[in-house]
Amino acid sequence: MISARGLRKSFGDFEAVKGIDVDVRKGEAFGFLGPNGAGKSSTMRMIAAVSPVSGGELRILGMDPATDGPAIRGRLGVCPQEDTLDNELNVFDNLYIYGRYFGIDRATCRQRAEELLEFAQITDKAKAKVEDLSGGMKRRLTIARSLINRPDLLLLDEPTTGLDPQARHVLWDQLFRLKQAGVTLVITTHYMDEAEQLCDRLVVMDKGVIAAEGSPRELIDAHSTREVAELRFGVGEHEALAAKVEDLGERVEVLPDRLLVYSDHGEDVVTAVIERGLQPVATLVRRSTLEDVFLRLTGRSLAD
Amino acid sequence: MATSTRAARTPRPAGTLSAWEGMARQYDYWLTVLKRTWRGGLVSSFLTPLLYVVAMGVLLGGFIEGDPDRLEGATSYLAFVVPGLVASHAMTIAVSESTYPVMGAIKWHKTFYAQLATPLAVRDLVNAFIAFVMFRVAASCAVFMLVLAPFGVFATWWGPVLAWLAQLLVGFAFATLVFAYSARLRSEEGFGLLFRLGVIPLTLFSGAFFPIGNLGPVLEWLARLTPLWHGVSLSRMLCVGQVDWALAALHVVVLAVLTVVGWLLAVHNLDKRLEM
Repeated sequence: MISARGLRKSFGDFEAVKGIDVDVRKGEAFGFLGPNGAGKSSTMRMIAAVSPVSGGELRILGMDPATDGPAIRGRLGVCPQEDTLDNELNVFDNLYIYGRYFGIDRATCRQRAEELLEFAQITDKAKAKVEDLSGGMKRRLTIARSLINRPDLLLLDEPTTGLDPQARHVLWDQLFRLKQAGVTLVITTHYMDEAEQLCDRLVVMDKGVIAAEGSPRELIDAHSTREVAELRFGVGEHEALAAKVEDLGERVEVLPDRLLVYSDHGEDVVTAVIERGLQPVATLVRRSTLEDVFLRLTGRSLAD
Repeated sequence: MATSTRAARTPRPAGTLSAWEGMARQYDYWLTVLKRTWRGGLVSSFLTPLLYVVAMGVLLGGFIEGDPDRLEGATSYLAFVVPGLVASHAMTIAVSESTYPVMGAIKWHKTFYAQLATPLAVRDLVNAFIAFVMFRVAASCAVFMLVLAPFGVFATWWGPVLAWLAQLLVGFAFATLVFAYSARLRSEEGFGLLFRLGVIPLTLFSGAFFPIGNLGPVLEWLARLTPLWHGVSLSRMLCVGQVDWALAALHVVVLAVLTVVGWLLAVHNLDKRLEM
């Protein structure tokens, strides 16, 4: 569906994407995980055939965005990071008018708009103004709008940023259903839980390059231990205490508010720490996540 | 090699819409815009110009001697001022519809960004936008001319019809040029400048209210360089029925060239502005 080789994007002197290779296969949910400014959105806009490629090669649905932009866009669904819903149109018209841009006839547009309102669970808001919708509803409407042309490939740029937990789960459920229905999804996110939930395969992006690639499980297996022991001590003590627990795990990360000890047996680490007479304020043993992978690969956490 | 066809050398990008198809797909959108805005447009499109006709043409004109030698062939001041007023009205509508609405579609509502995520191209957005502006210009000028027809200000029946087309040319030239200007503008302060230093001086000094011969040689030539003068002069000679066909052709060429240049700039500037 998508094939990129040495793909670059620069804005003047600033290089946002510094030569990445990506392949997205039909029917999979593919993710770009990385912090803000990693180059995810720039990549996404090139894939959406609205931002010219600065270098390298990019093929989308077998076509070149430089020459076949309109044909590519006709088969894509795009859910941009910033809502571009028309505030002056009501909810129904946002879907209907958008469908017309794709050359879909009026009757089909109307029928699909009705179906998508149902899918987005906003049928009762059909005649409401967009500005009266909640953040979650707006995002669901944006996704519904991106489906009006029955796209082969759906691009979602930070789909749940700014939504409350409940709204996120509703949205994830809908994306799951789309995936089940065979729609190829490409998602950018800086939430590791979102990437783990939704993506079959993902790349970890940082500073315009790809740091790692694989399924969430593969990435965790390759770059982290099975478990992590989180040790919280008093403020300012973490740096000094790191040396005293270093040998208990494969690796220790020092964060401002806690120590992370990577080991396949987290409970054993905690027991050993207490046996040594260290007194953490709080401890937590958990499984490794993509957050740990990112920390390992870049030395920074995703929230930075 | 020499036998390669023209089509092979310049392949049409896949999925690129014809100009007509590109506009037709936006018809429903602009229809909703029209439904939302037509009431507000009534006052500025129809009432305001008629107030001008009454105040300037009838009341002020009552003090002015109807001498065809001094009024570019018109037999009354009303007959002189009406074709100029309608032409400058065409400019005013074209300008006001291509300023804030363009900025809104870029900055406030982001309509253009949403539209560009579909098979529509920048060129299609400009075309549909200008078509909508021109619909407003055409409707408003047509009503204006029809209302004035019974007052005996037109010399022939065909003159006002051609004059209406001339007014559309004025609308095209200003709509495209101002669209190009608005597409580059980052803040709306630039519009105040455009109205104060552009629209108002043009309205006053492009021969709509008095023959530009009264301006003195230097200012007269300056007035001749303005697009609005070409429109006013063309509209007037057709309405009063004293057509200098060579000059008329020059007016048409100037306005047509400005429209083409304005359109090219509009597409270029919007493309640059929306580039991500």
